[in-house]
Amino acid sequence: MIKIEHLSKNFKVGNMDIEALNDINLEINDGDIYGIIGMSGAGKSTLVRCINMLERPTDGRIEVNGLDMGNLSDKELRAARRDITMIFQAFNLLKQRNCLKNVCFPMELDGVPKAEAEKKAKELLEIVGLPEKAKSYPAQLSGGQQQRIAIARALATNPKVLLCDEATSALDPKTTHQILKLLKEINQKMGITIVIITHQMSVVQEACNRVAILDGGRVVEEGNVSEVFSNPKSDAAKRLVMPDGERYQKWLGASSERRLRVVFQNVQNIEKPLVASMAVEAGVIATVLSADIQKLVGDKAGTMLLGVSDEQFDSAMKYLKTYEGITVKEVEDFV
Amino acid sequence: MYSGIFSAEALAEALECIKTEIPFAIWETFYVTIAATALAIIIGLPLGVLLVAGEKNGVAPLPSWVMTVLNVVINLLRSVPFLILMIMALPLSRLVVGTTVGTKATIVPLVVAAFPYIARLVESSIREIDPNIIEAAQSMGATPFQIIAKVMIPESVPSLINNGTIALTTILGYNAMAGILGGGGLGKIAINYGYYRYQYTTMYVAVILIVIMVIIFQTIGTKATIKCDKRLK
Repeated sequence: MIKIEHLSKNFKVGNMDIEALNDINLEINDGDIYGIIGMSGAGKSTLVRCINMLERPTDGRIEVNGLDMGNLSDKELRAARRDITMIFQAFNLLKQRNCLKNVCFPMELDGVPKAEAEKKAKELLEIVGLPEKAKSYPAQLSGGQQQRIAIARALATNPKVLLCDEATSALDPKTTHQILKLLKEINQKMGITIVIITHQMSVVQEACNRVAILDGGRVVEEGNVSEVFSNPKSDAAKRLVMPDGERYQKWLGASSERRLRVVFQNVQNIEKPLVASMAVEAGVIATVLSADIQKLVGDKAGTMLLGVSDEQFDSAMKYLKTYEGITVKEVEDFV
Repeated sequence: MYSGIFSAEALAEALECIKTEIPFAIWETFYVTIAATALAIIIGLPLGVLLVAGEKNGVAPLPSWVMTVLNVVINLLRSVPFLILMIMALPLSRLVVGTTVGTKATIVPLVVAAFPYIARLVESSIREIDPNIIEAAQSMGATPFQIIAKVMIPESVPSLINNGTIALTTILGYNAMAGILGGGGLGKIAINYGYYRYQYTTMYVAVILIVIMVIIFQTIGTKATIKCDKRLK
């Protein structure tokens, strides 16, 4: 369990005090895959570095598995870091060591005998699916393969928490999907709590069960991914859920239509085509302004933004409220 | 001064020197260069690492006055021209090897001149390391010493070998200059025969041999750099 209480972090740049994090409060439960999402500069990398004290908080308290991270001696902190490992956007493998030696590295730091470390490293290379790359050097591997080696290295000390700092941001969508799949397997099989820092909503949707949205150094929204996704409240959340929304809003401003946001809880269960059924059964003509299907952890969810004329609005609401498998609400803007 | 460098008389003198003095001079130049470089590395490598690791944001921050003293000493020694530094180091030579003339005695000023140079070269090699890799090691719970011994130095080995080769060839050049002040080797032959006896042919032989030695050291160094760099494959 990770408890973050009233965490603040300021940086001094010249004479200016830059506030990177402001009164952050979060609880991450054991076994969670917890997403922390925000635009560049929102403070998410600083936040994750405060968890293992690579950055010292200016104020507040961080507790990981009952340890108050800010009050540990150097030696205790080094021991604690073996339980809270980390993977990075740039992989950060040692370039002059082969993959097996890279995976052995944290065990070497810990004084594990060489033969034992190599045996464990080989097992970990099996788990990440790259046993044949033991003797290869990082430069000979693709980005996705390097991240797999980095994951194996992060697992070498049997951690309880794995921090992922933009771990898929340098990878293409297909490789991202494979890495997230591997992280989910690790979470389920080994029970490791995973914290994923990202700027991509798709990453959170695919892998996380809970999410916190960071904007300007503050947590503006927090909760289950499906809730935040289907009913985003903050502006930052809306921007992340509907990145193209602002573009729609520009030309929506001119229209006199009222707008309805329909969220499908489970796309597979819906048998009737919604827009056509509504036209036939309720006589309501709706325009589809935008539609999207996203895969959430449990199921597939879809959203649709419908435009309906003022006089037909009430009948549309009435019809949709009885429609199965969806929720509907009127929206002012795009979400 | 170049008339008659290929005359029968000049060639005979040069040949005589090649037979008698040159083989030993090659050996002297070789061992003084290697010994001085090795000793300068023993002193310069830790200092170069400290220049990076001891910084305020480094992995093992040292008090700022220590860093200032270190930088001032290195800059001072680096700014004194080698010939003058050699004269200044004569008392030290007497203290360490018991004499101020001869081949062994030149090793001392060579080391004094070379270790600050090597410290700066090591500093530049260590600075090339991606700071993210050091952060990764910290995130795994590495001690400052482990970061230096297992990350900083091993990761910069190719660059260290490359810079070591530059140091070696520079020290070879310094060593030739030491011939003026009683040091042995090819430099002494070039100066004695060329400057004092006007036997330019012999001087050229010595100079060409120095050039060949530089080329050999540089070629080996470049090959070793490429061979041990695992980023290039």
